[in-house]
Amino acid sequence: MAPNAVGERRRLLRADFPAFLTALRERGYRVVGPTLRDGAIVLGEIRDETDLPIGWTERQDAGTYRLVRRDDAAVFGYTVGPHSWKKYLFPPRERLWSAVADGTSFRLEPDAAEPVADAFLGMRACDLAAVRISDRVFDRTAPDPGYHGRRRRTLRIAVQCGGAAPTCFCTSMGTGPGVGSDHDLALTEIVDPGPHRFLVEVGSEAGAAVLDRVPTEPAGAADVAAAEAAVARAAAEVGRHLDPAGVRELLLDHPDHPRWADVARRCLSCTNCTMACPTCFCSTTEEVPSLAGDRTEKWRRWDSCFNLEFSQVHGRPVRQSGLSRYRQWLTHKLASWHDQFGSSGCVGCGRCITWCPVGIDLTEEVRAIRADPTAVAPPEAAP
Amino acid sequence: MSIVGEAAPAAGSNPWWPTPYRVERRVAETGDTVTLTLRAPTGTAPPAFAPGQFNMLYRFGVGEAAISIAGDPARPTELVHTVRVAGKVTESIAGAAPGETVGVRGPYGTGWPMDDLPGRDVVVVAGGLGLPPLRPALLAILARRERYGRLEVIYGARSPKDLVFYDEVQAWRRRDDLRIQVTVDAAGRDWYGDVGLVTARLPDARFEPARTSALLCGPEIMLRLTARALEQAGVPPERIFLSMERNMKCAIGLCGHCQFGPDFVCRTGPVFPYAAVRDRLDRREV
Ligand SMILES: Cc1cc2nc3c(=O)[nH]c(=O)nc-3n(C[C@H](O)[C@H](O)[C@H](O)COP(=O)(O)OP(=O)(O)OC[C@H]3O[C@@H](n4cnc5c(N)ncnc54)[C@H](O)[C@@H]3O)c2cc1C
Ligand code: SF4
Ligand code: SF4
Ligand code: FES
Repeated sequence: MAPNAVGERRRLLRADFPAFLTALRERGYRVVGPTLRDGAIVLGEIRDETDLPIGWTERQDAGTYRLVRRDDAAVFGYTVGPHSWKKYLFPPRERLWSAVADGTSFRLEPDAAEPVADAFLGMRACDLAAVRISDRVFDRTAPDPGYHGRRRRTLRIAVQCGGAAPTCFCTSMGTGPGVGSDHDLALTEIVDPGPHRFLVEVGSEAGAAVLDRVPTEPAGAADVAAAEAAVARAAAEVGRHLDPAGVRELLLDHPDHPRWADVARRCLSCTNCTMACPTCFCSTTEEVPSLAGDRTEKWRRWDSCFNLEFSQVHGRPVRQSGLSRYRQWLTHKLASWHDQFGSSGCVGCGRCITWCPVGIDLTEEVRAIRADPTAVAPPEAAP
Repeated sequence: MSIVGEAAPAAGSNPWWPTPYRVERRVAETGDTVTLTLRAPTGTAPPAFAPGQFNMLYRFGVGEAAISIAGDPARPTELVHTVRVAGKVTESIAGAAPGETVGVRGPYGTGWPMDDLPGRDVVVVAGGLGLPPLRPALLAILARRERYGRLEVIYGARSPKDLVFYDEVQAWRRRDDLRIQVTVDAAGRDWYGDVGLVTARLPDARFEPARTSALLCGPEIMLRLTARALEQAGVPPERIFLSMERNMKCAIGLCGHCQFGPDFVCRTGPVFPYAAVRDRLDRREV
């Protein structure tokens, strides 16, 4: 087989997909990707193709999510679930370092374990965008060793969407459904018209090295056209929209808009949106000493600006009201993120909409403020 | 830093790693506040710092807290921190006896605008534990006193018992090249100084507003009121600098806790020009 080159397009038959998974493992990757668990499509280890949700899809909308059977055997016939890839790059709990007591002093222990190299199978265009953002977030004063240690080893295998969920609004945020060029391999699944196959675009040497071990053929015009049609179908299906023009100013200039109080009455401060969001990066640290006191570990775990203790200073949270905490989330995501990281913090994946237990929809909140930016709260009704 | 094993990367290459410093001196300032002098590991010196910057101080098995650097920039071999007991971590740091170890990482954040001060009148307003973060700036000014205009210091504390760097403050009061007003919120009959808020002392301070730079550190309410009063007196808002406090877990821009609007206080602060933060400071719960 001639080695694959970056930029090339190949056809991978569905029948040879198991060989692709094998090639990933032979190249030393742990494959992680979509799998069925607890009634949802989540991310987990993929040992063989039976771990993938073949023939399944989901129905999601604000506050609801339900698995349903497809009438075909598509391997990637669904969109995004409650998990995002941040669970691997920025794990919910992570040991930052450990140390041992050394007389009156202490000594840091080297971390023996080399991080595993993960192949992220099934990253959507919005997922790639979220990782682009996270790459900048975790490279502030100094690159975060944990994040970048794992990120450097990660193989990004994108899958272009052939359909959109009602919660998706990637087209508004300019992140999808088509993937750009920052992937190692990009797959587009073509079920129909047959044969069931994938168009594979080679994005990097590392991707090419995997594909070299898999039987593929040069893609034909029909493969390319079918893939483009799939992405066009997804784009046409996108039903939610968030007009990004001027959103930063809209939110920052109207911190007293009555809609903030309105959404605060619905918001439970449950933190689901920040946990599900692929770009939320807030964390706290914990000291975990051994019982004997001779050893200790520093751990980091996900935190959320919806937690009351998050902004604690001198025994009092700076953001005491639910209103101020929802406002922090939305203004950070859509407004001050631009000042901090040069882009929006939202990639339009819709996870926060689906996984909000009361169905709060940020696109709706923005629309309400935009509809009447200078609205003032009605005076309290007289008793 | 001593790292065992060959695989360990070079010391300091991981921004999360504390370096063990030895406590050399421990001075009780008040009932709940101590000043520690720390020594870097043998053969090394503390990294250079700018007045106004802070370190993350760490106690083995307990945790970390953000603490301002309070030492004299002219004495770079000793690292000085003044710590008030607020909870578990600060209690452990404040309890560190000479010979014990305190972990250090830093320095972090922006400092006072030292380059902006020569040739100008300088007004320094400290509330409570706001004095230690201002002390390096004051000592730097006093070391080259001739380069500056008038120097006015207003220092407020809850009570006479809560004054820190007491002897040094007394020595400053005897100098004729600075004026210092010390005021407390409440005092008994044995207190001969002023009683009241720091803002009430401002009218007595002598400075030329248009050629004044002001450095403020203390509780947020004090910052707000003092900055407002200084601006009303004619000090340009971009020449009023305040040190902000927010919850901090990482100090390296990663944990998100210290956000104040678009700013990460650990990176673009803690020292901000008033002009840049006035709108947020006046708004609650940002
Ligand atoms: C830039 C900066 C400089 C500081 N400089 C000094 C200093 O020079 N000397 C000094 O004694 N203290 C200083 N502090 C405050 C110090 O960091 C906190 O008192 C400390 O983190 C509390 O930790 P703890 O574990 O002892 O208390 P905890 O048990 O964690 O908390 C005690 C109380 O302090 C609150 N708290 C938690 N984090 C902070 C925080 N960052 N700031 C204020 N309160 C907090 C908690 O909500 C709680 O109510 C500084 C803080 C910042 C952000
Ligand atoms: S804010 Fe919501 S839609 Fe935007 S990236 Fe985060 S989870 Fe997705
Ligand atoms: S929205 Fe909240 S949890 Fe998410 S990154 Fe911003 S401050 Fe952190
Ligand atoms: S203290 Fe963690 S981001 Fe500033």
